[in-house]
Amino acid sequence: MSFNIIGTGSALPNLVVTNDDLAQFLDTNDEWISSRTGIKERHIISDETLFDLAKIAGQSALVDAKVSATEIDMVIVSTLQGEYISPSLSCLIAAELGITCEYLFDINMACSGFIYALDLADTYMKAGKATKILVICAEEMSKLVDWKDRSTCILFGDGAGAVVLEQGNSLEALKLKNSGSAQFLNVSACAGNNPFCKREKNEAYLKMDGQEIFMFAVTSIIEDIRNILQATHHNADDVSHYLLHQANMRILQTAQKRLKLSEVNFPHNMEHCGNTSSASIPILLDELNKSGKLHCGERLLFSSFGAGLTSAAALIKWSKN
Amino acid sequence: MVLEKVIDMITELNGAERDTVTPEVLLTELSLDSLDIAELILNIEDEFKISITERETLKSVGDVVAYIEKNK
Repeated sequence: MSFNIIGTGSALPNLVVTNDDLAQFLDTNDEWISSRTGIKERHIISDETLFDLAKIAGQSALVDAKVSATEIDMVIVSTLQGEYISPSLSCLIAAELGITCEYLFDINMACSGFIYALDLADTYMKAGKATKILVICAEEMSKLVDWKDRSTCILFGDGAGAVVLEQGNSLEALKLKNSGSAQFLNVSACAGNNPFCKREKNEAYLKMDGQEIFMFAVTSIIEDIRNILQATHHNADDVSHYLLHQANMRILQTAQKRLKLSEVNFPHNMEHCGNTSSASIPILLDELNKSGKLHCGERLLFSSFGAGLTSAAALIKWSKN
Repeated sequence: MVLEKVIDMITELNGAERDTVTPEVLLTELSLDSLDIAELILNIEDEFKISITERETLKSVGDVVAYIEKNK
């Protein structure tokens, strides 16, 4: 017994920042950003908080699932950094939503966090410790990027996506992979003010080697998708929707073309969301679900990659009407 | 043969005329951005079944061709 996805939700900040807006204070322009990334705009936190977004996404998923907060017996939040280092965002969100479960925690697996959360949910379901789980991926990338670095800050956006899972048999395969290196993608921790520390204090901003990440992403997506299909004895055509982590249109298109699959099976929303790290797949999933593009019995393949360097993929059968 | 294939791959990415891509031309002179270069490397690795591990040593089209011929 694994899980079915029975509800989805998402929330984006009200403020929309276009490429032209960025060009007001960065040496860049819409043509440069659009042609290299496919991103036209992103939502950035201004008046609201990450907690607000996580709460709205979670509530929306509960409503969609027709499940009350009291029925939830586990909460997993995927975030690079919540409102606080401690307490965890999951503790605060559960209390806010009226969830009184024993099992709740945050995970920090960067852009692959949603699929790592699904793996944890699968494990708790199989162990019989949980029957209904709320997964929320909430990311405030705008506080992690360096707004003076035009090569990275243009790529990211803020947002939250959520799913409600209940016991079921939708998960057909899930694979996780890690190489354990901070060399090409990292966010340094806040250095603090320890007067005895002799280490050099790093700037606490996201650093990324775009070329290396592009190559890692494309090769990982292709390998993970092929491995999942092979392990489940499916053809590529058996999958109706390939939901890739929404990092960059060129990564998505390069992977899709090298897999020799149709672009219509690779939905995307990065053009208006940017890269929202672990929230990107559940936000896209919610958009597809709420717009009636998913049909009961269709197969969905999630594929992500990110700091770690990790890659992750999962194949599920959509069971919601 | 290898040179011809590499020129095919480069012109497919940058849309340039074939006669502008010669062994002497530096990769930085080909109107390829960093992601184009990454895609070119992936395409070469696939086509010639090699792994390019010393990318920083490849400065010109001729360097790329020589690397492929040595490692394929």
